Amino acid sequence: MEIIYGTWHWSVSGFLIGMTMLILIYFGKSFGMSSNLRTLCSMAGAGKFSDFFKMDWREQKWSLVIVLGAIVGGFIAFHFLSNGSGVNLNPDTITQLQSLGIDAPNGKLLPDALFSIETLQSPKGFAILLIGGLLIGFGTRYAGGCTSGHAISGLSNLQLPSLVAVIGFFIGGILMAHFLLPIIFKTT
Amino acid sequence: MKLARFFLIGVFFGIVLTKAEAVSWYRIYEMFHFQSFHMYGIIGTALFTGIIGIQLIKKKKLKDFNGFPIAIIEKERGFWRYIIGGTLFGLGWALVGSCPGPIFILLGTGTYAVAVVFIGALLGTYIYGLLLDYLPH
Repeated sequence: MEIIYGTWHWSVSGFLIGMTMLILIYFGKSFGMSSNLRTLCSMAGAGKFSDFFKMDWREQKWSLVIVLGAIVGGFIAFHFLSNGSGVNLNPDTITQLQSLGIDAPNGKLLPDALFSIETLQSPKGFAILLIGGLLIGFGTRYAGGCTSGHAISGLSNLQLPSLVAVIGFFIGGILMAHFLLPIIFKTT
Repeated sequence: MKLARFFLIGVFFGIVLTKAEAVSWYRIYEMFHFQSFHMYGIIGTALFTGIIGIQLIKKKKLKDFNGFPIAIIEKERGFWRYIIGGTLFGLGWALVGSCPGPIFILLGTGTYAVAVVFIGALLGTYIYGLLLDYLPH
């Protein structure tokens, strides 16, 4: 049962993610998670302040339902399909994280240094999560998609704009992981 | 009920991303440090599956569930919006380790701190909506 309760192999995971996209295409829809953020803004009345949010959000109900399902899926996988073995990291990565004061997984999906309730209550911890969210929301809408819309859907359809966007994801990601994270976490 | 199938797709997607650990901050960190093949394997296999699937759809002119020919939407041409927007998203992705899908999925795993990321992402989307006329696209 390790095959289900442990970490799923990358080939199985990747194949199933590719299939998710193809199933959505079969149902006449396109695969993209970040557009739900726009729909939610629109539902909250953001159309009063920007035409970008003047849309009939009811047409996007199917996508919000996917989000709802994804939340339930996360709950099921976490509570019923896990043996608590957690993320198996490269020992070098663990040493490197230690030098930044970031705890090793030890059965967790996320480090306490970023996501524990104590971190959340510190101004710095709160700011990191909020700024991360702002960059994700602003960046994905500006680029017109995220990992699902560009890296999976767009590249699967051999779209040049998606390749440019994915190159951007990596420029930003490498900049953050190699140069900014050490500055952000060293000072604590 | 028409929406039920989308709910099930969502559940499936949530389970897969959680069990693949693509929702883990640690996996994103090691990906950007090139210390593990895991995430590259996932994205590569998903792409391999997707490219073959889409080529088949196009070559065989397959029809969708409702019997309509499948049309795959092409992305708008452009450069600046993709490179700048992509870089900003990359910064956020590596900082908090989640892209939009995992933000929702992690809420389901009971990580309440992710709610702050979620609120930030909504605000970021809203700010983009206010500024888009002033941005290069």
